[in-house]
Amino acid sequence: MVTETLPDTATVRAWLDEVPDPEIPVISVTDLGIVRDVGWQGDTLVVGVTPTYSGCPAVAVIEFEIEAHLRARGIEEVRIERRLSPPWTTDWLTDAGREKLRAYGIAPPVDGTAQDVSTLRAARMAGGTNLVVECPRCGSGATEKLSQHGSTPCKAAYRCHECLEPFDYFKCI
Amino acid sequence: MPSLPDMATPNVTELAAGRRGASRDMLAEVPDLKPAFFEWLCRMGDTTLILGHRLSEWCGHGPALEEDIAIANTALDLIGHTQMWLNLAGEVEGQGRSADDLAYLRDAMHFRNALLVELPNGDIGRTLMRQFLFDAWHHEMLGRLEGSAVTEVAEIAAKAKKEVAYHLDRSSDLVVRLGDGTEESHARMQDALDILWPYTGEFCTGDAVDAAVAKAGIAPRPEDLRAPWLAFVGEVLEEATLDMPQNGHAQKGGRQGRHTEHLGYLLAEMQFLQRAYPGAEW
Repeated sequence: MVTETLPDTATVRAWLDEVPDPEIPVISVTDLGIVRDVGWQGDTLVVGVTPTYSGCPAVAVIEFEIEAHLRARGIEEVRIERRLSPPWTTDWLTDAGREKLRAYGIAPPVDGTAQDVSTLRAARMAGGTNLVVECPRCGSGATEKLSQHGSTPCKAAYRCHECLEPFDYFKCI
Repeated sequence: MPSLPDMATPNVTELAAGRRGASRDMLAEVPDLKPAFFEWLCRMGDTTLILGHRLSEWCGHGPALEEDIAIANTALDLIGHTQMWLNLAGEVEGQGRSADDLAYLRDAMHFRNALLVELPNGDIGRTLMRQFLFDAWHHEMLGRLEGSAVTEVAEIAAKAKKEVAYHLDRSSDLVVRLGDGTEESHARMQDALDILWPYTGEFCTGDAVDAAVAKAGIAPRPEDLRAPWLAFVGEVLEEATLDMPQNGHAQKGGRQGRHTEHLGYLLAEMQFLQRAYPGAEW
């Protein structure tokens, strides 16, 4: 009988750093902060994953890719568990992930600005928002929100007044 | 009519008094609660499902690209909420039905959505007014559900509420812009409000099912949402220079399975694939 040593969870986490987000492939699932926990239950590796947006079509793909990647690394028994609570927030994006987003042309979320209805409304009534989203291309803070809803649920559409380029903002939730 | 839970069971009170537990624990302690809890979960899931489908009808037809995308994103969120509510409904029912089974394999009389969400879209003004009236209720409801005695309900609500905050922000903004816009847009928004208003009463009218889940601490009594809903809606309508209708008549029945003629047509499209090719997957 061959006794195999199961890889420790730090190793597994390092492997998960290699699994890209299917919609924004420059960042990994760990950059995104959606891998909540990794642990062994007997011979089964259990990975807790928190969905980003409820209806995000990428969620199922992400779970599939995590499983496929871990199997490719030789782990035979993998179980992905969806962890709804606490709900995912953009505050969980890693610093490295934020820089990768910026380099890719997506402005990273401005932390702690996941807003409730009354602050969103108050900001709107005061003539817009005091949130400064820097252009990922030229770094200018002279930008304008075109739409709260961008190409995917997690993004808003912005425009830079300095370099005149449109860009996506990874909006806070 | 589902049988109602035994209100005298002390465990119900105990659970409602702040002890939170998983749905299976709640049902183990109060088995009679199952039919009402299942029914209530279908009301939540069917309402988000039908509105999500209605909104998806705008995909590719929006009046501006940004609005087209915003509506599609909102529809996607609502379908996501549906998956969570109907999955839980299937688990609670315990008959092995999945969220997809519930969505695709029931006929109109088994749907429990409120009537407002099955009404045809009309023009973009009417779609936005419907969205605003619904979002204001939805946001308030999810806020209350975060304190549910059932863990899964509280978790779904906490997740969904973050997304619905964006929905409500957008729909209130557009109701104000169009209401306080041109003569034409103002007239259309007022018209939409007058037509849709009678369908809002249903959201705040409870029945025996609502009473049972409220008693168990799962959800608030629908009547308790009326005042905060009215306050929020009234404030936005005033800003939008629109007159809140004084008509107190409420069109009801959707949450009990009595629907308008429109739902059948919607289901014929939404369920087409499963009806033509039963069990098809991709």
